[in-house]
Amino acid sequence: MNRSCRGTILPVPLTIEEVERIAALAHLELTDDEKQLFARQLADILTYAEQIQRLDTSGVPATAHVHPGLRVERDDVIKPSLPIEEALANAPDPAPDAGLFKVPRVIGG
Amino acid sequence: MTTLDSARAIREEVISGRVSAVEICRAALDRVESANPRLNAFNTIARDRAVASAEAIDRRRAAGETMGPLAGVPVALKDNLCARGLRTTASSKVLDTFVPPYDATVVQRLEAAGAVIIGKTNCDEFAMGSSNENSAYGPARNPWDTTRTPGGSSGGSAAAVAARLVPLALGSDTGGSIRQPAALCGIVGLKPTYGRVSRYGLLAFASSLDQIGPMTTSAADAALALSVFAGADTADATAAPEPVPDFSAALTGSVDDVRIGVPREFVASGVDADVLAAFDAALEGLQKAGATLVDIALPHAKHAIPAYYLVCTAEASSNLARYDGVRYGHRARGDAESSITTMYSRTRDEGFGAEVKRRIMLGTYVLSAGYYDAFYLKAQQVRTLLRRDYDSAFGRVDVVAMPTTPTPAFRIGEKVNDPLQMYLEDIFTVSANLAGLPAISVPCGMTPARLPVGLQLTGRMFDEATLLRVADAYERVTDWSRQVPGVTSVNP
Repeated sequence: MNRSCRGTILPVPLTIEEVERIAALAHLELTDDEKQLFARQLADILTYAEQIQRLDTSGVPATAHVHPGLRVERDDVIKPSLPIEEALANAPDPAPDAGLFKVPRVIGG
Repeated sequence: MTTLDSARAIREEVISGRVSAVEICRAALDRVESANPRLNAFNTIARDRAVASAEAIDRRRAAGETMGPLAGVPVALKDNLCARGLRTTASSKVLDTFVPPYDATVVQRLEAAGAVIIGKTNCDEFAMGSSNENSAYGPARNPWDTTRTPGGSSGGSAAAVAARLVPLALGSDTGGSIRQPAALCGIVGLKPTYGRVSRYGLLAFASSLDQIGPMTTSAADAALALSVFAGADTADATAAPEPVPDFSAALTGSVDDVRIGVPREFVASGVDADVLAAFDAALEGLQKAGATLVDIALPHAKHAIPAYYLVCTAEASSNLARYDGVRYGHRARGDAESSITTMYSRTRDEGFGAEVKRRIMLGTYVLSAGYYDAFYLKAQQVRTLLRRDYDSAFGRVDVVAMPTTPTPAFRIGEKVNDPLQMYLEDIFTVSANLAGLPAISVPCGMTPARLPVGLQLTGRMFDEATLLRVADAYERVTDWSRQVPGVTSVNP
């Protein structure tokens, strides 16, 4: 298949820089092997997916959800929520006395 | 000893007092424990919890209290459904030790109906896969041939029901994850209409596509189970307020008034010859039973796979952002110098398997600047075209028939290194999810190598009743649903 004939927007395979940019957006620290693998596999999948760009969809609305008319409302009344100790029970580094989740330093990283 | 292959039969035995819920429960647990080394169908077996729950059912009976419609029925839950106090991993290292502090709505409704939860079944990590090979705990195996995959992602649930370890298992279906393993293991699997069942307590993969559904040995048991857990839920705004009919009452055995649409052109290419032969024989059987066959076209169905993998990965990349090592799950060890962003990235690299990372990457890519219109928006437009195809078909027919899968169960390892080939396995299942429609897979044949084949029926929005009626009527004129694999022939 000659991809240039139909105005492809994809570099094939993806560059390592492109993979690193996406990984950073997704908060994934990939190994060098994973970067090489994904550069090839993502390009394969996206090249296959490009077939839908040949469809004429002008004027066709997007479906984000199959029941767009569904409106569910309730009175704005406070209900019981999960007790703090249960909410903290699965945390890797809880601070139960303070009722908080501890995380590494946020500023200066 | 009663058999473990019918929820209705077990319920009758328990209600009549011929067998206690505890006896049934122990028999199921014994079978699970004896079969699991071969099938790897369960991630967690909840012996103590199950026995305590069965004892409570027996006490209720002894006290003369009303018994629920699933009294004493052993149930397995796919390991992406939360049950309070019961380890729930989604077959991911990132949730290896997660213990939910709450019940999924389906779990709460099952237990209120008297069901006894036996354990949590193996699946592809976060329900992403078609072979159960993307599990952090190793693949589940197909009871018909343990060198083959049970399908996925609800592979453990399908294997457990097929091997008659439990009569009912729950699965989730985002692009075929109930129907495809049901087909490959020779059982019934129903994906309800989007919104028919509350997703509260289901670990989210793609929120506009995910549905929970029953996996059983018969359409009648699927009808019973769906009636128990379907319906509106204040905890899930997408759970539709549609009234839930008594699905069991719909099983009249008659298909005289049913028009079955067959998208011949779509089904013609790329399907294994044995699967196609079984499919054609099934259509003939339904016609003999009184149904009318009608040729239809689904012109956009061939674009469903790319549209699906763009939509589902985009939603997954957003949903899985929550696994960041802060509130629950795995956290990467850091040193004093590590920042929070380093912790996030390392945690996610260590915690997620290859397919989950691949999908997060793909989804992030298609949502990123410059590609959104070309991929994500375009896929959502294809979704609309596909819905219109079905709307047009349902003007002429009541259900649409296709094979559930293009091939019978494939070998473990056969497709795992080629993600695109694995994705093509979902060719016949993803369009029901994109269009939000209910679809069922019912056993319809065996290949010469004794591997099951599934018939898929897709119905109108919220018309599970017709799907169940046709599947049940088909079961009455064939015996494919009563074929049992030999792997667990040891009686309890």
